[in-house]
Amino acid sequence: MTISFLLLAAITIIGTAAAMTLKNLVHCVLALSLGLVGLAALYLQLGAQFVGFTQILVYVGAVAILAAFAIMMTRSADPTASNAAASFRASGALIAVLVFAVLAWATISGTSAQPIFTAAPEGSVGQVGAALMHRFVLPLEVIGLLLTAALIGAGILAMDEHRGTR
Amino acid sequence: MFETIDQIFVLIKHWLLGYVPGMAQPLISAILSVVPVVIAFPLLFAITTVLERKGLGRMQNRYGPNRTGWFGILQPMADGIKSLTKEDIVPRTADQLVHFLAPVVMVIASFLVYAVVPLGRNMVIADLNAGVLFFFAIGSMVELSVFMAGWSSHSKYSLLGAMRAIAQMISYEMPLVLASVVVIMAAGSLSTVTIVNMQAGYTGIWPHWYVFTPWGITGFIIFMIAATAESNRCPFDMPEGESEIIAGYFIEYSGFKFALFFLAEYLGMFATSAMAITFFLGGWAAPFSFLTWIPSYVWFFGKLLTIICAFIWVRGTLPRLRMDQLMNFAWKFMLPLSLINIVGAGIWHFMPAGFTRWGVVSLLILLSCVLLSRGLRRNKWFHVRTYRFAS
Amino acid sequence: MLGEGIVKGLAETARNFFGSYVNKERLTTVQFPEERLPQIEATRDFPFLVYDGTDPEPGLRCVACQICEKECPPKCIYIVKSADKKPDATGKAQFYPAQFDIDISVCMSCQICVEVCPFDAIKMDVEFEMSSEDRFGGLLLDKYKLAKSNEYYNKIHPTEAGAVDAALAEERAKAKLAAEAKAKKDAEVAAAKAAAAAAPPPPDATPALAAETPAPAVATASGETK
Repeated sequence: MTISFLLLAAITIIGTAAAMTLKNLVHCVLALSLGLVGLAALYLQLGAQFVGFTQILVYVGAVAILAAFAIMMTRSADPTASNAAASFRASGALIAVLVFAVLAWATISGTSAQPIFTAAPEGSVGQVGAALMHRFVLPLEVIGLLLTAALIGAGILAMDEHRGTR
Repeated sequence: MFETIDQIFVLIKHWLLGYVPGMAQPLISAILSVVPVVIAFPLLFAITTVLERKGLGRMQNRYGPNRTGWFGILQPMADGIKSLTKEDIVPRTADQLVHFLAPVVMVIASFLVYAVVPLGRNMVIADLNAGVLFFFAIGSMVELSVFMAGWSSHSKYSLLGAMRAIAQMISYEMPLVLASVVVIMAAGSLSTVTIVNMQAGYTGIWPHWYVFTPWGITGFIIFMIAATAESNRCPFDMPEGESEIIAGYFIEYSGFKFALFFLAEYLGMFATSAMAITFFLGGWAAPFSFLTWIPSYVWFFGKLLTIICAFIWVRGTLPRLRMDQLMNFAWKFMLPLSLINIVGAGIWHFMPAGFTRWGVVSLLILLSCVLLSRGLRRNKWFHVRTYRFAS
Repeated sequence: MLGEGIVKGLAETARNFFGSYVNKERLTTVQFPEERLPQIEATRDFPFLVYDGTDPEPGLRCVACQICEKECPPKCIYIVKSADKKPDATGKAQFYPAQFDIDISVCMSCQICVEVCPFDAIKMDVEFEMSSEDRFGGLLLDKYKLAKSNEYYNKIHPTEAGAVDAALAEERAKAKLAAEAKAKKDAEVAAAKAAAAAAPPPPDATPALAAETPAPAVATASGETK
């Protein structure tokens, strides 16, 4: 519980809380990306450079941008007049409690419930790569296949239907 | 003697650190590493603006700026004073906070990238284990600031510019990353320092730069094209297409904030160039073994200036691409080619050294390059688009 | 092969780049304050007042008829007509502008004042380096700043000024002839009268000068103002 951890945790919590409470959708996206950066910083503080930077690359660089892009493409000039969140308050709270319960159960009953104070392994990037290529090669390939299918599907969706007129 | 000159900055830092009490040493050490970089690269930016304006002028048979100082070298000072004294206008309908934060985030991200750039032997701010990943992660934060700038200005032009910029940056980030994957494969590390060290050896007088391999030169070219697009420079300067959306996402900025965007854009260009040097051109390593007596940082900045001049040259030559050409080029030429390049690098890795692997890999890449470019031509993606109007 | 055209273009710009250092002919720009391009004769920007002779005070062709003041679209001309008459360059007594100001910051260089002037008194200048630190006073030109000699006019717009000079000379000659004829007629009438009266008064010099008035417009204009 160092000062830097408290600071980063505060940034993360404030960011995600703001993402839920702010009225303006774009502000929500920006706050969410702040929370994600905070999370990445927490990973870095734990010595997991690969995970931390991937977090920034994927979530801030791709997911947040994608959300922002969707808002830009679909929303009218004034994105403030949205009050859809209010009608889902009860079900949202229920889902949140359930998710929290599942995560808490997984954390408590998991193997790493007891704090393990080992030094961060050196060359963690290489270890992550080796683990992905040896032990977890099947899940990796399955995910790759899934993503490729998604990519092709997106391409087909976006394809020009009137190819003859081109 | 040469060793001392080569390590002069490192030695000065250690000498200065000797006067600092032990508790403050990490902090002071960080400051001493960061401050020179934060000073050096804006200075390089100033030099580049003069170089660019004069070079472009000469390419267009003009003189370029030649009034301020000797041959116009004080022009950036004049520009700086001008942008500092200009009125800072914020549109009334703008989102004030985001409008203010966008240039700040952009400049911070642009400076952060330099943390992993090895400027010379033992001259790097942070030798991160995942340095390359850090570079791309921070680079992707620039996109967020572009979005912030474009959206918060509450102007159609800036929104259009931001959309163009983000679409382009996302599309070209793919080949940028994939082109550098070959280097990561060859070096077996994500650390920029290790990558440079791998290239610092010599065979006879010839260096071990990755650019002197078939996959290296292909990767270098793809990387440079993608870097041009990433830094929104001509011929990929659609996001700030002056003729249709005036200045793109920073149209509503004025005064010093505008200058900050300008600075960030150039810093991004230097950073990607520096990464290209690190990946393919041997970083701070000398091009010939008999030239190693020249300090490493001189080599680094010499290479950087060369690449900057190449950027200026390209800018002075090529017209702006259209959006569909840009996207087609990224997704239908660069991306497949960089994927094939990775395969080529893999083949290179598993074949015995010699002329056979040179031939095989070169043939693979050349063949696919020719086929891909013919595919682009056949489908008339680069031909004049005909417009059909409603009659 | 993809990229052929790019290489060609790069070679061309490189040729331009190095060529501009070797061959000065390539550089089309002129280093302005030191070097200047020759003036194009049709250049014109702001009006000025022409005077004949050497001294602008009597030599101004302007007779303060105020047509230009009325016609000026942005109303940048301000004229105060004199109460008395003074002899002009040709020696004839004329009204003159007691004050003649043009606000250059308002002027839109339309040249209407030049077109309406019946006396060829106002013409377009080529002077363009008129920047001033005083936004109001520095750009408000008075009669003395506006007055420029006919020689200067001949220098900046030779063809046009030659035509104007020829027309003026012709007009003046015609007027002179008419005046002489009138004087002769008067003299004859006077002589006849004198012969009749046997006591002829000597013919006066002033009617001859007064008859030189080129157009009746001035007479009516001055008549109206009075």
